[in-house]
Amino acid sequence: MTAHRLPKAGRLTPAREVRFSFDGKAMTGLDGDTLASALLANDVHLVGRSFKYHRPRGILSAGSEEPNALVGIRRDAARQTPNVRATVQEIYDGLEAVSQNRWPSLSFDTGAVNDLAAPFFSAGFYYKTFMWPKLAWKRLYEPNIRAAAGLGAAPDEPDPDLYASRYAHCDVLIAGGGAAGIAAAVGAAEAGASVILADEQSEIGGALRFEAGASIDGQDGWSWARAQMAKLSAMPNVRVLTRCTVFGYHAQNMVVLAERLTDHLANPAPEMSRERLWQVRAKHVILATGAIERHMVFPGNDRPGVMLASAARSYLNHFGVAVGKRVGIYTANDSAYYAALDLKRAGQKVQAVVDLREDPKSAIVEEARAAGIEVLTGHGVVATNGRLRVSGMIARPRDGGRERSFSVDALLTSAGWTPSVHLFSQSRGKLAFDAGRQIFLPGENAQECASIGACSGMEDLAAVLDAGYAAGEQAARKVGGSASSTMRKVQSESWSGGMVGAGPGAGADDTSRAFVDFQNDVTAKDIRQAVREGMRSIEHVKRFTTNGMATDQGKTSNLHGLAIAAEALDKPIPEVGLTTFRQPFTPVTFGALVGHNRGALFDVTRRTPMHQWAENHGAVFEDVGNWKRAWYFPRAGEDKHAAVARECRTVRAAAGVFDASTLGKIEVVGPDAAAFLELMYTNPWQKLGVGRCRYGLMLREDGFIYDDGVIGRIADGRFHVTTTTGGAPRVLQHMEDYLQTEFPHLNVWLTSASEQWAVIAVQGPKAREIIAPLVEGCDISDEAMPHMSVRECRVGGAPARLFRMSFTGERGFEINVPADYGPAVMEMVWAQAQNHGACMYGTETMHVLRAEKGYIIVGQETDGTVTPNDCGLDWAIGKKKADFVGIRGLKRPDLVGGGRKQLVGLLTKNQKHSLDEGAQIVADPQQPKPMTMLGHVTSAYWSPTLGRSFALALIADGRARLGETLFVPMPGGKAIEVDVTGTVFYDESGEKLHG
Amino acid sequence: MAKRAKAAMPAASAFPVPRRDGVLIGRMTASPAVTVTPGGQASRLSLRAPEKSRAVLSRALGLKLPETPRATVQAGSRTAIWLGPDEWLVLDDPDVDLMAGMATVKALHSAVDISHRNQAIMVAGPSVEATLNAGCPLDLSETAFPVGNATRTVLGKAEIVLWRTDAKTFRVECWRSFADYCFTLLASGARDAAMG
Repeated sequence: MTAHRLPKAGRLTPAREVRFSFDGKAMTGLDGDTLASALLANDVHLVGRSFKYHRPRGILSAGSEEPNALVGIRRDAARQTPNVRATVQEIYDGLEAVSQNRWPSLSFDTGAVNDLAAPFFSAGFYYKTFMWPKLAWKRLYEPNIRAAAGLGAAPDEPDPDLYASRYAHCDVLIAGGGAAGIAAAVGAAEAGASVILADEQSEIGGALRFEAGASIDGQDGWSWARAQMAKLSAMPNVRVLTRCTVFGYHAQNMVVLAERLTDHLANPAPEMSRERLWQVRAKHVILATGAIERHMVFPGNDRPGVMLASAARSYLNHFGVAVGKRVGIYTANDSAYYAALDLKRAGQKVQAVVDLREDPKSAIVEEARAAGIEVLTGHGVVATNGRLRVSGMIARPRDGGRERSFSVDALLTSAGWTPSVHLFSQSRGKLAFDAGRQIFLPGENAQECASIGACSGMEDLAAVLDAGYAAGEQAARKVGGSASSTMRKVQSESWSGGMVGAGPGAGADDTSRAFVDFQNDVTAKDIRQAVREGMRSIEHVKRFTTNGMATDQGKTSNLHGLAIAAEALDKPIPEVGLTTFRQPFTPVTFGALVGHNRGALFDVTRRTPMHQWAENHGAVFEDVGNWKRAWYFPRAGEDKHAAVARECRTVRAAAGVFDASTLGKIEVVGPDAAAFLELMYTNPWQKLGVGRCRYGLMLREDGFIYDDGVIGRIADGRFHVTTTTGGAPRVLQHMEDYLQTEFPHLNVWLTSASEQWAVIAVQGPKAREIIAPLVEGCDISDEAMPHMSVRECRVGGAPARLFRMSFTGERGFEINVPADYGPAVMEMVWAQAQNHGACMYGTETMHVLRAEKGYIIVGQETDGTVTPNDCGLDWAIGKKKADFVGIRGLKRPDLVGGGRKQLVGLLTKNQKHSLDEGAQIVADPQQPKPMTMLGHVTSAYWSPTLGRSFALALIADGRARLGETLFVPMPGGKAIEVDVTGTVFYDESGEKLHG
Repeated sequence: MAKRAKAAMPAASAFPVPRRDGVLIGRMTASPAVTVTPGGQASRLSLRAPEKSRAVLSRALGLKLPETPRATVQAGSRTAIWLGPDEWLVLDDPDVDLMAGMATVKALHSAVDISHRNQAIMVAGPSVEATLNAGCPLDLSETAFPVGNATRTVLGKAEIVLWRTDAKTFRVECWRSFADYCFTLLASGARDAAMG
C-alpha cells in the first residue's frame, strides 16, 4: 500500500497491484487507477511544467478538463503519445509516463528562467516584441519561438496501431453517463427505443463517483449506477460505450464519438483497433454532459497541490487516495464543504475552509462547523507558499484585515460549476445567460435534442433523475415507444453558490499572478491588460491573451476570463460575448479521424485486367488519376529514355501492343442515341454508318473543350462512346445532367461500360498481321474494314468489339473483350506480336507517338480555356448543325477575335535542346521584365523517329507565326531559340493510317 | 435496333473458350463474427426503360420488375434489383445470356451487358452489419433494411450496390477495379467488427 492510499477508502481492490513508471521511477498503483490517482497515491503532485513560464504544476482535476497534468505515454519507439491527461489515462502493468516541457528534469528546469522574466512575457508579448528588426523575425525569432513552442514530443515513426470507424443509427443517443444520462438511457430503453449511451470515463456514473452524499432508492449513488449499468448491458436495444467521448455534434443529429479501446490495456491483441470513430445518426440526442468545477482565481493558485475540491473527492471516495494530510479549502460555494467533510471523516486534517461568501447559510456549512472544521467566511486566500508543492495558504478578510497563515499540503478550491454546454453549442443551439447564477445555459434547441442534468443547470439529484427519465421516455415516445414513469426516493447533496472572476488579492490594483488559464499561463492581470490595450470583444481578448486556446480549450478558464474582462469593461457578461465552442470537445487523435483510410485504403488504386500481365513483363507504372498504368517496359540495361525510344521505333517500324483499358466507355442506347450525341458533341452523328467510328469533341456550354474520344456506332440505336481516362466519371455526369435537364424528351439511356471491357491496342504497320489469326467472323482487310470502323466479332475465341482506329498515326486496332478475358486474349495477341517483331509499350510512348501526329490530349494541350479553333480542330465541328452544347459559347467575341493562343509545333534551333512542358514563350528575350508572354509549351518530347526533340505549344496568333523564331527563357538567363511549325511532325498526309 | 455492326459474330469459335481471370482470386477473410469472400461469376444486365415498357420487359425476363425503392424480385436464378424509377440491375447465373433474351424485345429500353464490369463480394455472419458500417453509412438494422432490400450506396470511397440476401448475409456489387479496395475495406471492417 502506497503512502497516501487509505486502507478503507475507495472502491479499488488492494490486492490488484499495477506497476508503472513516471520519469523512469518505478511505482505501483491499483487496477482501476488513473495515472493521476496512482501518482497521488505515491504522493507525487508535481507532474509537469507550464507552457510559457515553465512553472511547476500539479494535478488540478480528476477528469478530461485537466489543464496541467499533461504527460507523455510511451509503449515503444513508435507508440508515444504526447499531452495525455494523467487524469484520463488509466494505468496498466508496464505503463511508462514522462513529464513534459522541462529540461533537464522536472524538479530542476532551466526553462524556468522564463518565470523570472515574466514581467516581459505579458499578454500580447509576441505581437509586440518581435516586430523589429524586420529580418530577424524569419532568421532569429521565429525559429527560436518554434523550438520553444509546443508541449511534448510527437513520435517520428509511423503509427503501427490499427484504427477503425463505424456508422451507427439509433433512436436516442445520450452523451454523458452520469445520473441524468443513465436515467435517460433507462427511460428510453425501457420504452423500447434503440439507445446509445456514451461516456468518456471507464465506467458510467459521472459525479456519483465522488458524490458520497447521494443515494437513490436506498442504494448509494455509485451502487445504483452499477445496477443500472448491469440492467442496460442486458438489454438488446442498448449499446453502452465507455471510454468514448462525444466530441462533435453536426447537422441533422450526426454526432461523432471517439472510443478508446486499448489505451488502458497492458497487452492489447494486435488485431484490436486502438480507437474507433463512431458516426452516429440519432433521431434524438440527449445531452447529459454535466458540469465542470471552476477553480478560484487567487495569487499562487497554480502550485502543485492546489486542486479542485471535487477532484479531491474523486481521489478519496473512488480511488481511496488522500490528496493531503493537512488540507486547506478555498471556496465560494457549498460543494467544497463536502470535500472537507469527506477528508475529515477519512482521518485527514482540514486546516480551514476559507469561504469568500460573507454569510453562507446552507446546512452543509453548519455541518462542517459542527464537525470541528474552522470556517472563515468573508475571507479569501491571497497567497500560497511552497515551490514544487503548496506548503501554506494565507487568508484574510475579503476587504482587508489581519492575514492568517495555515500550513497545508493540499489546497482544494471551488468557485462553482460551469455547465458543459459545448455540444449543445456545437449543435447551433443558442445559449442563454443566467444572471442570477452567472452561468450560460442551453436556450432554444436548434436540433432534435434535449439538455438535462447539470449541463442544463440542474443541481438537485432528484430533479436530475426525474428529468433524465422523462427525457428518455419522451424521446422514445416520439419514435413509437411507450413509457411508464416510476417515482424514486432520492437523497442528494446541495451545491448552491459560486462566483466567477478573480478573488481578493488578484484585483485590478494587485501585481500578483492569479492564474485563470493554467495551460497557457494566462493570469487575471493579462486579461485586464488586454482590455486596457483596447480589446473589447471576448474573441479579441481570447486571441490576445491566448486564454482558453490550449488543448483543454478553456474548460476551467473561459468563464473566469470572461467575467474578468466584463468587469474591466464594466459591462454585463452577455454583452462581452462568449467564445465559440468548436469540436472536438477533447483532443482526438489523427488515428481516430483517419480510421480505416490508411495504406491501401487511403485511396482507391485501380488496376486494369491486364495489370498482372504488364507487371510480369517488367512494366514501370505511373499513376493516372486512381489508375495504375504501364508507363514503359524497360529491358535489361535500359533507362526510361532508352526504353521509350525503342518502343517508339518498334511501333513505327513493326507494331506495339498497348493496354488501353482505362479509357472511359459509355454505352449510349436508345432510338434517339444519335440525336443525343449530336447535342453533346460538336460533330455530326446522324449519318455515321453502323460499323463506323468518328472522333468526337465535347465542349462545355462556354465553348471550351471538355473531353474527346472515338465513338463507334454499334447499331442504329447503340453507340460505344469512349472518353479520356480521367474524364470518364465527369463526362457521364455531364451527359446525364443534360439528358435529364435539357433533353428529357429524348429516348436514350447512358450506361457506364468502362470496366466491362478490357482494351488491347495493337498499333503499327504489322497490326493487321498480328491480330488476323485471332479474329473470327470479320474481314479485317483495309477494304472491308477501313480506318475508323468497328465490328462485333470474336478475337481469340472471346466476343469482341474490334475498332480500327489509331492514336499513333499507324494502322491500328483496339480489341475490346469482356474484362475477364483480357489477360488470356492479351497473351494470345502478344504471342502473335512477337512473331512480327512487335513490342509492348506504355503510356510514355503513346504520348510521344500521338504528339508526333499533333493529336491533342485533353488536359495537356487544353486547360479549360481552349476552343476547338485554338487547337486546329474546326474540322470536328458539324458546320450544318443547328445546336450542340457550346455552340453559342463559340460565338462569343473573345472566342472568335484575334490574339487567341493557338496550337502550333515548336522545333528547337539546336536539335539537342529540349523544352520543358509549361515553359513560357517570348518574342524578345532581351525585353526588360516583365516580358510579354506569348504562350507556353504544352507537350515536349524526344522523338526517336525524327531524331530530335519537338514540342507542341499554345502561342498567341500561333498559326500566323509559322516560320517565326521565338524564345523560351530558361532559369539562369539563357533562352532557347525555337522555330514555330505546324503540329504534325510525322506522316502529314496520313497514308500510314489507312495502311 | 435492327441493324448491327456484328454482321458475322460467329456463335462457334475455332478457339477454345478463353480463360477467365476474375479479380479477388483466393481472397478471403473469416472469423466467427463475419466472413468476407469474393462472389462468383454472374451474368449482369443494366436495364433502363420507361414505365410503359415495364410489363413487356417483365414478361421477357420472366419476373415482375420491381417498382419501389430498395425492392428486389427473384425468379429462379434471376434477380432484378430496383435502382431507380427507370433502372434495374438484373443478375443471373454466369452461363445465362441475358442480352440474347432482350434482343427480341421491341418495347423501348436499353440493355447493356455489364457481367464483367461488376464484382460481387459476399459478407456474412453475426457481425455483418458492423462490418459493412465500417464504410457504409446506411442503417442496416433488419427493421430499416430488411431481407430482400437492395440499394445503390457507398462503401468508403466506392459506389456499390448492396443487397441483403438473408438476415445475416449481404451481397456487395462493385466495379471491377474497385473490388480490391472494397474487399480490403470490408476485411478491415470485419477485423474491427469481430472485436465487438
